[in-house]
Amino acid sequence: MRAFSALSVAIFKGLLRDRETLFFTLVFPLFFIILFGSIFGGSSPSAQKVVRVGDVAILDALPADAMAELGKIIEFQGPEPLEQALDEVRSGDVAAAVEQVGDRIVLHVSAADQVKAATVTGVFNGLVNESNLAVAGVVTAKFSLDTAQVEDESLTAVQWVAPGMIGYGIAIGATFGAAMTLVTWREKKVLRRLRLAPVPTSSIVGSRVMVSLGVALVQLVIFIGVAMLPFLGLQLRGAWYMAIPLVICGTLAFLSIGLVVGAVAKTAEGASALANLITLPMAFLSGAFIPLDAAPSWIGATAKVLPMGHLVSGLQDVLVRGQSASSALVPMAILLGFAVVLVGIATRLFRWDNT
Amino acid sequence: MTPAIVVRDLVKRYGDLVAVNGVSFEVGDGEFFGILGPNGAGKTTTLEMIEGLREPDSGTVEILGQSPYPRNSALLSRIGVQLQASAFFERLTAREQISTFAALYDLPSTRSDELLEMVGLTDKAGTRTEKLSGGQAQRLAIACALIQDPQVVFLDEPSAALDPQARRNLWEVLREINSRGKTVVLTTHYMDEAENLCDRVAIMDAGEILRLGPPAELVRGLDAPVRISVEHGMLSEPAARQMLADLPGADVDRPDTVEEDISSIIITTTRPSPVLSELAARDALAGLQVRGATLEDVFLDLTGREYRA
Ligand SMILES: Nc1ncnc2c1ncn2[C@@H]1O[C@H](COP(=O)(O)OP(=O)(O)O)[C@@H](O)[C@H]1O
Ligand SMILES: [Mg+2]
Repeated sequence: MRAFSALSVAIFKGLLRDRETLFFTLVFPLFFIILFGSIFGGSSPSAQKVVRVGDVAILDALPADAMAELGKIIEFQGPEPLEQALDEVRSGDVAAAVEQVGDRIVLHVSAADQVKAATVTGVFNGLVNESNLAVAGVVTAKFSLDTAQVEDESLTAVQWVAPGMIGYGIAIGATFGAAMTLVTWREKKVLRRLRLAPVPTSSIVGSRVMVSLGVALVQLVIFIGVAMLPFLGLQLRGAWYMAIPLVICGTLAFLSIGLVVGAVAKTAEGASALANLITLPMAFLSGAFIPLDAAPSWIGATAKVLPMGHLVSGLQDVLVRGQSASSALVPMAILLGFAVVLVGIATRLFRWDNT
Repeated sequence: MTPAIVVRDLVKRYGDLVAVNGVSFEVGDGEFFGILGPNGAGKTTTLEMIEGLREPDSGTVEILGQSPYPRNSALLSRIGVQLQASAFFERLTAREQISTFAALYDLPSTRSDELLEMVGLTDKAGTRTEKLSGGQAQRLAIACALIQDPQVVFLDEPSAALDPQARRNLWEVLREINSRGKTVVLTTHYMDEAENLCDRVAIMDAGEILRLGPPAELVRGLDAPVRISVEHGMLSEPAARQMLADLPGADVDRPDTVEEDISSIIITTTRPSPVLSELAARDALAGLQVRGATLEDVFLDLTGREYRA
């Protein structure tokens, strides 16, 4: 027990005093969350302001529950005269102005804020389609809005950037941490020295696991905390607390990747290159950097076989898609599966010494 | 006396190279044992097989009655090892290294400062090991090998990279450890270190032990001539030759020789006693120097090569 905690403390101090690693595990992902979150206009709350111009019959015809769902993404104002409404759109005070002329819906948006414009346009497209279908008698006149779909459309930049970068940050933290400890300890002969001390190997591995889990949870708190600052405006929807067990399972999976990397690589530089070679492409293919909805379908398929894909989509489900706690169970199980298989491989490849 | 270490017919090959070729010896309990040899002689490989870090291709090792290979936790807490390359945790201070190593032996870190003082690193307690000089790191590694108060201590070239003063200090530390009853096994390529510290020395070259015994005995066994240098002015070169020719009992096989350098006349002789008496009788002792054979001469005699570490 004493050996376990002393090794944990030694690893942790070594990490705290290593600026480069700290940068890549904390500052780097945070930088992306802030950069993308603020560039792509996360500044407004997720409900977009839309001002009515005169009577908009299509809205008045909506049943109360549909109107309530709609209210989560669109905050209606007005009615106001057209000129005043257009001024507000131009100045960016509201996302759009909507008017109904006969059975034509006219949406005035500003080209200056593409994300807002696209969000509002998407919602009204959906509304108009459903209304047309209703008029044609294909469905009954009851409007319904699918919550999940609407929420997907409403994912503002920070809503998808944050889970992706959290997943990526935790993945590289765990991978690099384990790989670097293993390689530098072998290179610097610390492993041989440990072999000459009466410490069980379980204490050696356990202390590294402990530190990685601690680091991952600190990352989670900091990343979510920063993303929720008003200027980024991350809003947690769903069983967000399930991010904790998800992150633990993800850390175990990526730590095992790090152990394999550390067992294969001979030098710290080699380990770093190999770890990047694995995690960077994986991040792109897993939707950590780009939303999968916007990517070709083969990427979506690839994401389903990569551990980072499961970590990121699991985090998205419980953090921003409003999914229930049980939705995290499958990704957790898959991540643990990766961990078990990879630890088995790492154990077989393990060497105390380079020669 | 029960031996602390028994080594029998150790062999280790690296590919075609036979690094250690049939090494056998015993180390007594409380003995200070040295393995002396030039670089590449096979000292480290031998030591690492004894410590249990390397599996021998053949042969057996017993430390305190137990086999060190495969990893033997019961034995590990009774031996202390300083590896040839210092092994420290990254970015920890000297004191943190010691307390971490102490915990590995399930000990509190109460002795950290005492150990640092013993190896003269008190003022470096808060310095990260990356910033220590080679000699300081070496001494810290030795302190780390002594934390658990082991019965047997292995040191692989502990004084490499030390300046002469630091070497003397280290010797004091090692003598002190040995005087507390610890068995010490050390490798070195310094002849004087082996002569000064070791109860017995194994002279090793090309994977084999050439000779084993107390340093003084090895030198005596050599029966090497003694070099006597007499200051210029005390004796001229022709006078020295004449003196030696007049002395009875010359060795025909190994005749005395006389050389001259800038400051002195050097007589090399196998019968130092009558030569010294005669010099005393002639009142030529001022500034006189007598140098007997050293382990260097033993090595030269055994291998036919000059000793070059
Ligand atoms: N891991 C290794 N792989 C291949 N050859 C080695 C290895 N370690 C040592 N050797 C070789 O074995 C011989 C003995 O080395 P070593 O035991 O380190 O000698 P010493 O400690 O006396 O300098 C040398 O020729 C060295 O090059
Ligand atoms: Mg050596």
